Amino acid sequence: MTFEEIYRQEWGQVVATLIRVTGDWELAEECAQEAFAAALERWPRVGVPDKPGAWLTTTARNRAIDWLRREAVGAAKLKEVAAMGSESEPAYDVPDDRLRLMFTCCHPALAMEARVALTLRTLAGLSTADIARAFLVPETTMSKRLTRAKQKIQNAGIPYRVPPAHLLPERTPAVLAVLYLLFNEGYSDVVRSSLSSEAIRLARLLVQLMPDEPEPAGLLALMLLHDARRDTRLSADGVLVTLEDQDRTRWDHTQITEGERVLESALGRGVPGPYQIQAAIAACHATARTACDTDWPQIAALYGQLKQTPVVALNRAVAIGMADGPAVGLRLVDELAAGPLAGYHLLPATRADFLRRLGRSAEAAESYQQALALAATDAERGYLQRRLAEVSV
Amino acid sequence: MKYLLMICGDETAEAHANDGCGGWSEEMESRGVVEGGAGLRPPAEATTVRVRDEQLLLTDGPFAETKEQIGGFVLINCADLDEAIEIAAKHPAAGYGTIEIRPVLGPPEVV
Repeated sequence: MTFEEIYRQEWGQVVATLIRVTGDWELAEECAQEAFAAALERWPRVGVPDKPGAWLTTTARNRAIDWLRREAVGAAKLKEVAAMGSESEPAYDVPDDRLRLMFTCCHPALAMEARVALTLRTLAGLSTADIARAFLVPETTMSKRLTRAKQKIQNAGIPYRVPPAHLLPERTPAVLAVLYLLFNEGYSDVVRSSLSSEAIRLARLLVQLMPDEPEPAGLLALMLLHDARRDTRLSADGVLVTLEDQDRTRWDHTQITEGERVLESALGRGVPGPYQIQAAIAACHATARTACDTDWPQIAALYGQLKQTPVVALNRAVAIGMADGPAVGLRLVDELAAGPLAGYHLLPATRADFLRRLGRSAEAAESYQQALALAATDAERGYLQRRLAEVSV
Repeated sequence: MKYLLMICGDETAEAHANDGCGGWSEEMESRGVVEGGAGLRPPAEATTVRVRDEQLLLTDGPFAETKEQIGGFVLINCADLDEAIEIAAKHPAAGYGTIEIRPVLGPPEVV
């Protein structure tokens, strides 16, 4: 393993353990950083220890003890930290530490942007500069956001723990929401694709730590299935390529198989949830050999099981239209036009597609034009321009 | 940890001023988490005080003219924010108004 790989694998565990024993987030992070710096200096000379994680945790703990001595904090705290593992096996890899850290970083009393930043910094080990770059804010802004979040955790008494069973139904979705947001941040933007990989890595960890919960597995499957199509979503000149026109041979089929397997075992628990259902929809697309083979009735039924937000209703209308014909789809889309989706570019874009399929070119052109005026990215505008040109001949 | 629960509501919340707390107070007293608290008379009866350049300045009404005003407060002492959230969520005012949970500043640390 390279140093970089060890860093990415062990950082979260070292920080999570140090937070538990010192109760101090800043100190935990600083000591972890010093331990990795010491390793970088030492390992090339004497070799990587058998258990690098244990070595790093012990080193970080010793730094914490030194610091606490210097600051002459209470003897009780010092004893507590020193007692951790002492000379033999340090208290490394307590299975719950990283899960504790994950739930605390994603506590609903923190602002969403703070939860995302904290998760990336303390659990995933990204530098503040990298996180700032990913979210397009100055590093000082990100640094303040992280400091404020850590202060709130400490001063407002947000507990460092995996919530008790009765709180899990509301707190697990909060963790999943952070990971999914992270994934989408990276998925919607080619430049920030590393955020998606990070989200997948953290979801894998969550599944490993909560093996009995099907929704984390549902989320992991959803991410894997979407991510498998990543490289085919844009043409060489940066224009959006819709599912129908994507080159299916270029999808990552190993990842699709893994996504299916993860989803199947989650569904096998018989407790479906929104992430599992969305993953099942993604699986319908990912496993269709050609666009024509897509099981649209099944997709429409799955959308029907989700909470009917306006966007879900639109997606359901598309699926029903693909299953029962464009005239049916058009009617459903028009029913949604008066609602909160007015101003959402996919509404006229969907309407235009159904009109195009019905051969009503002039009306389709009008709807493509409306969608063009509302679309937010060049990739989408490029696609709509192409369609508009097709129906305008 | 000590927290102040600030119970806020708009003018419609006044209708609930004499509702009582439907068993909430009894439960929290028996759990031993309540350290004090009271309901308040409406903000129209408030007087705001400032001293500037040794001058006493008085204003009729609350310090901020916002839609939501504090209608009561409870000082609690409990394990952590999760317990404070649970206590606040059980308060009947959470169902029609808003409850702000503020951690209380501890005494200055003795070095």
